[in-house]
Amino acid sequence: MSLAELICPAGTPAALRTAVDAGADAVYCGFQDATNARNFPGLNFTPDELADAVVYAHAKGTKVLLALNTYPPAGKVDLWRQAADTGARLGVDAFIVADMGVADYIAQTHPQVRLHLSVQAAASSPEAIRYYCERFGVKRVVLPRILTIPEIKQVRKDIPCEIETFIFGNHGLMVEGRCSLTNYLTGQSTNMDGVCSPASDVEYKRDADGTMSSQLAGFTIDCFGPDEKAGYPTICKGRYTAPHRPDAYYAFEEPVSLNLSRLLPELIDAGVHAFKIEGRQRSKSYVRGVVTAFRHAVDDIRAGRPADMANLVALTEGQKQTQGAFETKKWR
Amino acid sequence: MAVTDMTKLTLGPIAYHWSAEERRDFYARIADEAPVDEVYLGEVICSKRAPFHEPDLPDTIARLERAGKTVVLSSLAEVMLKRERKATADLAEMDAPEIEINNAAGLYARGDRPHRIGPFMNAYNEATIAWMARQGASHVCLPAELPGEAIAIAAKAARDLGLGVEVQVFGRASLAVSARCYHARAHGRTKDNCQFVCEDDADGMPLCTTDERVILRVNGIQTQSESYVDLLPEMPQLASVGVTHLRLMPQAVDMVAVAQVFRDALDEKSDSRDAEQALKDICGDVAFSNGFYHGQAGYRRIALTTAS
Repeated sequence: MSLAELICPAGTPAALRTAVDAGADAVYCGFQDATNARNFPGLNFTPDELADAVVYAHAKGTKVLLALNTYPPAGKVDLWRQAADTGARLGVDAFIVADMGVADYIAQTHPQVRLHLSVQAAASSPEAIRYYCERFGVKRVVLPRILTIPEIKQVRKDIPCEIETFIFGNHGLMVEGRCSLTNYLTGQSTNMDGVCSPASDVEYKRDADGTMSSQLAGFTIDCFGPDEKAGYPTICKGRYTAPHRPDAYYAFEEPVSLNLSRLLPELIDAGVHAFKIEGRQRSKSYVRGVVTAFRHAVDDIRAGRPADMANLVALTEGQKQTQGAFETKKWR
Repeated sequence: MAVTDMTKLTLGPIAYHWSAEERRDFYARIADEAPVDEVYLGEVICSKRAPFHEPDLPDTIARLERAGKTVVLSSLAEVMLKRERKATADLAEMDAPEIEINNAAGLYARGDRPHRIGPFMNAYNEATIAWMARQGASHVCLPAELPGEAIAIAAKAARDLGLGVEVQVFGRASLAVSARCYHARAHGRTKDNCQFVCEDDADGMPLCTTDERVILRVNGIQTQSESYVDLLPEMPQLASVGVTHLRLMPQAVDMVAVAQVFRDALDEKSDSRDAEQALKDICGDVAFSNGFYHGQAGYRRIALTTAS
């Protein structure tokens, strides 16, 4: 049986301590700049905060993984290198990377620190994963959320590194690291700036008839009736019309969140080493609730007890849930 | 001599599911009439489409080569299924000098044999380009969203390493790829039983906001910009910073005429305002954009201030 480590989001120092206290095996976090894919206002760590966080986490046996998982545009590579140098100096346990230049720099300069391949690298085949393992010494791959469990099981047999999969939280639809939708509408890039549908470009507009439209940079991403709860305008979760679809429909995906709690035993059986909980942008209480519930679930499964998942269902705040690609190929 | 004299025009791979017959006719005209130097062939978006047009590939290659074009074979952007892995490996292992790779699975199979880096490989910066050059890359196509300042630095680094550098100057920009087929989804189907509905949309399927602004185009698993990228006015800048190849993406318009407009502009046979008007006449109602190049929202059209 695999270790089934629980990898938890730490958007702030307070969230990090909360996740550590709730039983995270590892936390992941980033600096307050474009070097990570959650470069949102009010989130992330200064170098001093990260130093304290590493001490706090290590004292409780929790690992700290530093996300350097964006793509530096030419001319700005030094920012990513400095972030790696700082992380290494502060004793982080692994770097989560996507860009080949960043991976190469770390492999050369900080070979003692583990490299994890970010989902942003979009390595979705054994050959792609082996490329990163053999060239950069990657020890773990975060798999894109597009494979079924039997496919994950097969991949596991064909690669020389550990597998981490997302189990809970926001459900990305596009191949990560290959999406410029946000940049197309806002001028801020997911890959280069670490932003996705940035809050600074979001507006909610209520019409006279009570309908509410959620907009991104002036583009209507979705429209809600007076009794509907207005959702955040993420481009790939909006409603649009098409020639065959005169009534607005979710062209990419409904605003559902991923919840694989019921599939945990199968994922462990498939050889997944680590379960990742999405949500560095979420509150401390959310982190406490989700991490605590998954801690119990994983411990129960590993001890051969039936796990109680009811708490996890409650955590999704009434949002629709999906098992995404993990359960069936029909998702595609 | 103009700095653009040595610049090569390329024709990117067809992103859409054009029928075998349409493709044969299209490449016959390109071979005979289009002033492009290099042509990329092969299915980059959906592995299910490949069997329809692969049988024609040898003839198409021969036809284009007889016309003096360099032919490059492009690999799939998204590689997950067995058939996609096999197609990628088969292509990468071909004993051909010019292969464009769009997925790390292709890099793995190609090893250190010479290859080109495709636009889906995320060659965003000089460190990544240097790494790729050490692994055998001879040429790199930069991501469509890279702004001009970064293009200049990336191009210089690539040129110093002896690499060709390519930038898309015409056609819809690829904004995203997915494991899910959005064409099938629009028709209430899944990727496995899609019945190739994407064939109905030769220039992609428009997606419109509820307040009736067309913003995106669906092409199977790919999402593209509604606007056509048009960097006609920026071409002298691109050439002057060391970009060696300018890519035209095939759209469902008269691509021979498009290529002629770009070639004439490169050869300084046309005035830039006339060239812009000619392009508009060829492409009809479509919006043009250059926002990515100028570091702004991609859909925007930024007017170049005349050099003083």
